[in-house]
Amino acid sequence: MAAPCSNTLTSFQKKTRSKLVSIPGTRPSVQNGQLLVSSGVSSLDYSFFHFIGSLLVMEDRYDSYSRMLLKYFLAEGVVCGHELFLASARDHPDDIIEGQSQPSDPENPGTMKIAWRYQNQPKVQTALASSVRFGHYYDVSKTMEPELRQAAKCHSFYQLQETPVTTGSSPLPSPYHALLKSIQTVIRKEGFDGSTPQSKVRNVLRLGIHSLGSVLWGDDVCCKDNPAHCHALTTFLYILRGLLRTSLSVAMVTVPSHLIQNRAVMGRIIRLSDTAIALESFKGSEETNPLYKDYHGLLHVRQLPRLNCLSCEVPDTKDLAFKLKRKQFTIERLHLPPDLSETVSRVSKTELAAGCGTTAMGNKHLDF
Amino acid sequence: MFPELNSILNSTPDSFKSSDFILVSDRRANASFLIQHYLAFYLRAGCKVCFLGLVQSFSHYSAVGQRLGVSLAQAREKGQLVFLEGLKDSIGVLLQEDTSHETQPLSYLRSPGAGLEGLFRFVERSMRQSGDGDAGESWGPPVLLIDDLSVLLSLGVSVGAILDFTLYCQATMCSELQGNMVILVRCEEEDADDDDDEEGSNLLQRGLVHQCNLALHVEGLPTGYCRDIHGQMEVWWRQRGETIYNQRKIFHFKVHDKGASFFARGTSSAVL
Repeated sequence: MAAPCSNTLTSFQKKTRSKLVSIPGTRPSVQNGQLLVSSGVSSLDYSFFHFIGSLLVMEDRYDSYSRMLLKYFLAEGVVCGHELFLASARDHPDDIIEGQSQPSDPENPGTMKIAWRYQNQPKVQTALASSVRFGHYYDVSKTMEPELRQAAKCHSFYQLQETPVTTGSSPLPSPYHALLKSIQTVIRKEGFDGSTPQSKVRNVLRLGIHSLGSVLWGDDVCCKDNPAHCHALTTFLYILRGLLRTSLSVAMVTVPSHLIQNRAVMGRIIRLSDTAIALESFKGSEETNPLYKDYHGLLHVRQLPRLNCLSCEVPDTKDLAFKLKRKQFTIERLHLPPDLSETVSRVSKTELAAGCGTTAMGNKHLDF
Repeated sequence: MFPELNSILNSTPDSFKSSDFILVSDRRANASFLIQHYLAFYLRAGCKVCFLGLVQSFSHYSAVGQRLGVSLAQAREKGQLVFLEGLKDSIGVLLQEDTSHETQPLSYLRSPGAGLEGLFRFVERSMRQSGDGDAGESWGPPVLLIDDLSVLLSLGVSVGAILDFTLYCQATMCSELQGNMVILVRCEEEDADDDDDEEGSNLLQRGLVHQCNLALHVEGLPTGYCRDIHGQMEVWWRQRGETIYNQRKIFHFKVHDKGASFFARGTSSAVL
């Protein structure tokens, strides 16, 4: 029996545990409270979580869409106020940053003229979207306004402009070593690892690395059968994983898989990452499968993240495809397009006859 | 700790076989949940555990351990758990030109060709130390857990050096100290015309499977992806002393937030 209190109905007081750090642009996962960020593409966020401290590796045969996803990732960082770090060996990082898209509102369906009764009905949920909106939408036809872009703090690493440093006894070739040192310096100096007391609000560092593993990084794993540095790329990813785990940062790395023919190396790269996806674009291939008519390519989920939990969020299906419709990049579950041909509701008698076989003649009197 | 797995393998924290070498492997799946099971199992059993966590941070294992009912932080404080945090310590070794003796276990990062002697010495030192806790309690038989051994291949260590390391560990842990060893190896797809396999994880797995007493192999379902059945696990009871069992059984499993359930093929609750 509770002792009667004079003033209140109960003496129960809820203990507020404000242990969860609140950082702009992040939200805790419902499953284990782990902090998540948005990748910039809301349908991608729905497919799997982007945990802080995780590494996402993207394979793209021709580097067409992975570059776009990288820009979405960085644009989301700009809009959320995160710090950015972009490393590239081919295109200058400034070009990639300047090419980011302008945030916009999601497309509003226009009012219907004829079937106005159905206007308020919910649309068929083929596009992956959750009820809680997390992240922003971007209009790929417009580049981000310079004021918005310049408000974000951005560090860049352009391999071709770096002076090669002798790394002494490190097994890593100079470009990889220099990039890791540069990332470590930024993490330390800006306090993402908690080493320097952050008087300002805590923030997240978004790392984008473009086309890692290509020859421009001084790595010959893609072009020789017996490369001199066959473990350089995997060692780099291992150390990068360590840096991510010990700081408030998240990384997206694109890997040009057409250069990496060695499946054993690709397998190791996938296992060293947390999330691994492969984009297979239909560009250039004579894909006549009607199932793929509305899409620009397939998205293969090679690995799902498993951070601080025993099992990750398991999707319903792994058959995903992507398309770039007018202004937005969306990912959908693979499904058959609606059959709008004229003969859809009427099965012709010859087809029925062919299907039924010997009893076709006997069924004549049943045809209405 | 997964109760169903305990009943399949006929072992509990109160009674389990000693001098056991258990090999956990996977192909295109993730068997790290089995390592979490063994970590919780041996900590509950009161053994002194040496855990080489090479691919995840301590907080990851700790968070999962909490779900399974063990506190890694407490075990480490008491001296029951010796934890090598590979990811965090590797940064210092590779980026900082630091050659102090504390970095000896990870010396393979700087010179992958030199082998894993430093790592073995670390394991030996931690296991041979008198295992007395604060309250004067002595721990049970020593146990070595490794997650995962195949990452060393990605860092440039050769298959031969890794097999030497496991042989030394088995001789010390299992034969001499009457303890157990559980190692996770992650394999690639078998490729018939893969010439690079001399360096590969498949070779490592094949080499280790001949040394072990029990092999648990996790793969995805051969029929494809399924939301309710996360994969299949093959249990291969190999040898025990002079007796060679050679019995294999396949189970299906599903991993939850707080554990995993194992069932005979075709008896998933989603199907029945």
